[in-house]
Amino acid sequence: MIELNNISKSFGKTQALKNVSMHLSAGKCFGLIGPNACGKTTIIKSILSMVVPSTGNILFDGKNIEGEVSYKNHIGYMPQIGRYPENMSIKQVIDMIRDIRAYQGIEDRELYDAFGIDQFGDKKMRTLSGGTTQKVSATLAFLFDPPVLILDEPTAGLDPISSELLREKIIKERQNGKLILITSHLLSELDDLLTDIIFMQEAEVLFNKSVVALFEETGEERVSKAVSKLLKIKRA
Amino acid sequence: MKGITKFVIADILKNRIILFYALILGVFSWSIFSLEDNTSKGIMSLLNIILLTVPLVSIIFSNIYMYNSAEFIELLVSQPVKRSAIWTSLFIGLAIALNVSFLVGIGIPVLLFVPFMTGMTVIITGMLITTIFVSIAMLCSILMRDKARGIGFSIMIWLFLSLIYDGLVLFFMFQYADYPIEKPMAIFSALNPIDLARIQVLLQVDVAALMGYTGAIFKKMFGTMTGYLISLILMLLWIVIPFLISLKLFNKKDL
Repeated sequence: MIELNNISKSFGKTQALKNVSMHLSAGKCFGLIGPNACGKTTIIKSILSMVVPSTGNILFDGKNIEGEVSYKNHIGYMPQIGRYPENMSIKQVIDMIRDIRAYQGIEDRELYDAFGIDQFGDKKMRTLSGGTTQKVSATLAFLFDPPVLILDEPTAGLDPISSELLREKIIKERQNGKLILITSHLLSELDDLLTDIIFMQEAEVLFNKSVVALFEETGEERVSKAVSKLLKIKRA
Repeated sequence: MKGITKFVIADILKNRIILFYALILGVFSWSIFSLEDNTSKGIMSLLNIILLTVPLVSIIFSNIYMYNSAEFIELLVSQPVKRSAIWTSLFIGLAIALNVSFLVGIGIPVLLFVPFMTGMTVIITGMLITTIFVSIAMLCSILMRDKARGIGFSIMIWLFLSLIYDGLVLFFMFQYADYPIEKPMAIFSALNPIDLARIQVLLQVDVAALMGYTGAIFKKMFGTMTGYLISLILMLLWIVIPFLISLKLFNKKDL
């Protein structure tokens, strides 16, 4: 569904991505993991063309995304730190996005209801706590039932109950055959969410494996342990 | 694009500063016209105020608004909206909001007190100046990532175009007074939108003595009508060129 071919990007002197290629197909849940500043968010922003790669191309359903916008109708994006116009209320933000998307199908209001967005819908964005902002971001990402979900550190800042609600929702959507891309550095959170793991280090992809293959190779049964063991093997 | 423009205008009008701006302009123009019997003199006083305050307010307000819209822009870019549509909507929204307050503050009294043709010239010139400085502000905001630097830079531009530039022109004029410098002088003034605005109004009001050096040259070289058309085209270029450069930069910007 999404294909990245030899993407490179540098911000001034720092190279954020070096020749990154990956193929993301529907029905899978990819975990994009790695240490801080390894290029995870840059990959996500490149897919959304918020960052323009220096070289390489990105295909969405086989079509180059350069200069295109309509493919974003098929993506729900939850940013790491949601930044919204401060003077707008939650409902205004949602209405504006609704207006832009002009989505014809039935809205998926599961998270909207689960998080009780209605109760604080009139609050201005600037008055919201970090966790509530994350709830709004998550709601917006899922609201238009998009076939692709891109979630950048989805559970950071959420309370345990909301975090669990979101996890369940992610698993449900994966079973519905959606493509999900998650970044996180809390590996323990990712068990039973992921089907594939993409590990990045210093702007490069170190490995891209299915979770099953990873477990077989390392003999572990948890993502966090398997990843650290594989890293030890690679270093040795 | 229409939806975004509407949102931007509604958002700006909610901001009280823009109403305050209209009110101040209104107070200026009503008091000038009620104190001054000679309309030509009234226009001159008003012109000086317009040429000083309108660029300043337009450039600073637009610049701050652009920096404060960073989140809004980021949100929209992640959605299925063309970048050029976002940028153009912001430009149109700002230009409409500032022009409306100019029209309310200056337009109404000018149309009431001044002969129609002259009044229209003042109004059109003021609207062009407003839009030019919105366009320049958008270019500043994309050139400088840092808010304080961007605002500082736009104040410098305003200071340069409205005060320093004339000083420099005068300095050159005295330095090279013995040479035929009419043509370079006309070109110099054509490069400054505020000078262009002054010339445009003065060509209409026909007070040669008050026209200043460059204005007189313009009139001598082109006559009233051609001079007016040339200055109009140059002012439109001052709107289009900075905006197109900023649009091009925005299309490539990493958010």
